[in-house]
Amino acid sequence: MFLQQLVNGVALGSVYALIALGYTMVYGIITLINFAHGEIFMAGAFIGLLLVSAFKVNVFVAMAGAMVFCMLMGVIIELIAYRPLRKSSRLSALISAIGVSIFLSSLALMVFGADAKGFPDGAFPVRQIKVGTADISTLQILIIGVSAVLMMALEFIVQKTKIGKAMRATSEDYNTSALMGINVNRVISFTFALGSALAAAGGVLVGVLFNAVSFNMGLMAGLKAFAAAVLGGIGSIPGAMLGGLLLGVSEVFGVAIGYSSYRDAIAFTILVLVLLVKPTGLLGQKITKKV
Amino acid sequence: MADFLNSLVGSIDPYMLQILVNVGIAIVLALGLNVITGLTGQLSLGHAAFMSIGAFTSAMVTIKTGLPFFANLAVTGVVTAIVAAMIGFPILRLTGDYLAICTLGFAEIVKVFFLNFEPTNKALGLTVPQAKTSIPMPIYVWVVAILAIILVTFVQNSRFGRALKAIREDEIAADAMGINTARYKIQAFALGSFLAGIGGGLYAHFLSYINPSDFGFLKSVDILAMVVLGGLGSVPGAVIGSSVLASAPEFLRFMSQYRMLVYGALLVFLMVFRPNGLLGGVNVTELLLRAVGRKPAGK
Repeated sequence: MFLQQLVNGVALGSVYALIALGYTMVYGIITLINFAHGEIFMAGAFIGLLLVSAFKVNVFVAMAGAMVFCMLMGVIIELIAYRPLRKSSRLSALISAIGVSIFLSSLALMVFGADAKGFPDGAFPVRQIKVGTADISTLQILIIGVSAVLMMALEFIVQKTKIGKAMRATSEDYNTSALMGINVNRVISFTFALGSALAAAGGVLVGVLFNAVSFNMGLMAGLKAFAAAVLGGIGSIPGAMLGGLLLGVSEVFGVAIGYSSYRDAIAFTILVLVLLVKPTGLLGQKITKKV
Repeated sequence: MADFLNSLVGSIDPYMLQILVNVGIAIVLALGLNVITGLTGQLSLGHAAFMSIGAFTSAMVTIKTGLPFFANLAVTGVVTAIVAAMIGFPILRLTGDYLAICTLGFAEIVKVFFLNFEPTNKALGLTVPQAKTSIPMPIYVWVVAILAIILVTFVQNSRFGRALKAIREDEIAADAMGINTARYKIQAFALGSFLAGIGGGLYAHFLSYINPSDFGFLKSVDILAMVVLGGLGSVPGAVIGSSVLASAPEFLRFMSQYRMLVYGALLVFLMVFRPNGLLGGVNVTELLLRAVGRKPAGK
């Protein structure tokens, strides 16, 4: 029972973490809460679904396609809705982000309709593997595995590549980085592309896991992922991973011990309690890790 | 008197009347958030939570007691303000985005609480009986809205309001100048929530049906957008912002299915071209004084 719930929690939490990484990276660089991020996650799920059902491709190919599509989407959104506002107040940019989020979810409502759509049967062959007392499905292994690989890839990009170095520099000091010859606009576009790709992957994984993709799935998932980013200390990559896992696991355990009707409040209660004790999040102090 | 008011309200096109009432309620709500975010600089993403506390309190007061409506609203406002002060006490230690997410989290908790709260019918929602007043609801809403405008204008120009502005500009400096920032922030939070509660009470009695899901994140965002669009910290701004955004979905109704699409794009568009809001950085008193040919004081 315990092990079973733990696996369920880690699977859900790693998806939260994937989405939270996008929030945290964008926040680290331009201190903007990108409220449209949840809608990018939703768009990723729909593109993945479309590729699987209309073009009969493999789930992994669909995921790659969704990631590429959402990368473009993230870059375009930044260009249209955030770049003109970079010099103005942060609240204006926040409202603009909310505008984008409303726009995208109503667009999805028009294009795909109001009811939830499921992945076709056999989109991903699910088998149950017995480990001790727990039944672990291959789907959960896939989710945890893909998330882990993507996070490691992200860590590699941020720590070892030239553009990652530029990202870290920009997050440290925007103006000085520009003076040092870093193309700040390109770095910001790249950050959006990276975050959006991770969100798209998360979208496809959630779509397969719950077998439901709907126009309003981005809102709650986005809010919870944002909560995860803040819980870990916004701007910190390991913090986002830790926060995501923590929220996922606690949500699953909360439901398991009988608080299912309070499901959406569990994550936020933990967030509020942690912030009261540690006002900058769990790993908030590690400014050197900020991206 | 009541007959006269009724016939006055009756002479207005019902559709227009509904838009007018929506605008009136939006003004009360936006002015409340304007005190918290515009004046004091504390970003709150959970204003709808206080609106819902107000709406349910007011509805329960009407159901359980025979209080006249103005007393009902006063009780509602005070209850909401007390709840806000109790919450504000711990969470207003946080700053910036951490405060924002905390208020957001709190709003979600309130929503889920009402969704599971037996006395208010859980997720089924609550049917609100008619308000105990002979004055028609639209007139009531607008009287309250005008009182709220007067109250917030008065607060803004008072010693208290100047202290709040000092906190908005630089909290550490304000603290160093001897302003008790913690106390003022909680008071501002309570005042803003007082107005949110009253707005919620009006909303509940005008619609006569309330559901916890009506007061979600998007509602908070709506109110915030009104305040930011009008221009932070400006009373005329909050009034104009709420008038524009509360009536926009109605005026966009002719393109029914594209309505929210256009609304979202409109938000982005307005922000890109008017990033400080419609009246941001515009001093209305100064403009009025100029218009009548007098130099503003101190210039």
